[in-house]
Amino acid sequence: MSCETAESLLHGYLDGELDVVGAVEFERHAQACPVCTRELEAQQSLRARLRDADLYVPAPPSLRRTIRERVEPPPAESAASAPRRGRWRWLAAAAALTLLATAPWLVLRDTRRGTAEGTLAAAALDAHLRSLQLGHQSDVVSTDAHTVKPWFEGKLSYAPPVVDLATEGFPLIGGRLDVVEGRTVAALVYARRKHILSVFVWPAEGAPETAPRSDARQGYGWIQWSHSGMQYWVVSDVAPAELEQLARLLRR
Amino acid sequence: MEPAEAQEGPSLLSDAERLRFEQLVLPHLDSAHNLARWLLRSESDAQDVTQEAMLRALRFFPGFHGGDPRAWLLKIVRNASYTWLESHRRVELSEEFDEERHGEPAASPEAQAIASAERDRLREAMEQLSTRFREVLVLRELEGCSYKEIAEITAVPLGTVMSSLARARRRLQQILIGPAREETPHEL
Repeated sequence: MSCETAESLLHGYLDGELDVVGAVEFERHAQACPVCTRELEAQQSLRARLRDADLYVPAPPSLRRTIRERVEPPPAESAASAPRRGRWRWLAAAAALTLLATAPWLVLRDTRRGTAEGTLAAAALDAHLRSLQLGHQSDVVSTDAHTVKPWFEGKLSYAPPVVDLATEGFPLIGGRLDVVEGRTVAALVYARRKHILSVFVWPAEGAPETAPRSDARQGYGWIQWSHSGMQYWVVSDVAPAELEQLARLLRR
Repeated sequence: MEPAEAQEGPSLLSDAERLRFEQLVLPHLDSAHNLARWLLRSESDAQDVTQEAMLRALRFFPGFHGGDPRAWLLKIVRNASYTWLESHRRVELSEEFDEERHGEPAASPEAQAIASAERDRLREAMEQLSTRFREVLVLRELEGCSYKEIAEITAVPLGTVMSSLARARRRLQQILIGPAREETPHEL
């Protein structure tokens, strides 16, 4: 591979958007080429600086409130319609409000930088780091989903979905039991090149389906969502795009 | 193009659809605000445009048939932001350096000292980028979008996302290296 080609592929590599063949070829070239290696390092450090600078600007609570009010059904209309229908509409609005008040994502959104989600993120990150420090990623070491899944039987009150994603570039390494905020949860371990990804799975306590949310701290990124009644937290030091990619694969 | 009628839209949605909107789209409010904030470079404008875009999204929600709700919403936010920029003559659609922005008078020495903080420096460098470069970086680095999502949101072919990112990052590096050259010679 020429430097010119490598240069054009560098950003795709950095973003985890190359296919396996492209990534391997780029790595092979970079190992032998100090110029491209330096450029890759420069780009990685720029990315780290952007990440550490915490430039994300979440919506202020006042805006969230305004929008929520505008999204809710206009109460004026029920007063104008027939009394009976009006009462039903009002009840429906009240039910929607109750749901709104208890919808878990609302709690999460409102405390994005605060308690609920932050605490869970910290707990999931801790569990991931603990496993790395102890060198104890897996209680059951197997790349076979049909070995890992039955291993959880009898150890948990639910059966976590287990899939091998080796052909997609995320080989399954194994599974273990872990503890996140006092819950015993299934932890599935995947690899991405030399990186380890922990996927924590437990039954969703709120909405069975929520869209993925990701964030990063201390050089580790996480992404979380709910899918088919299960809550997922993935923690790793891979690029954010790779976390997203694994999330997409697991939600298929 | 999207119809421009504003007021009656939300009431057309059934309660079930509204709830679905709340579950699928509203969770991406932070993403919507973040993108608008970076495209418009103004908090108050960003709030106006985000609100407008959310209502527009609510109105068009019956036309949303699956797919990625965040990309769908961000596309609406982006369109609303560009419309706003165009009507306020602040859009720079070229990929050139934003002279108007860069030409602002330098801040006071004290302010400069404060601005030397890494975060401010990066924020300022980002704000000096052209809108097109800034948006692709915000989507990739802050929002974590895949190339496919970026292509969808910004309505460009998938094949050009990587080269836009490459150029945007190079430009950002130049801006960052520029003013710091005297104090911290790049020795590594």
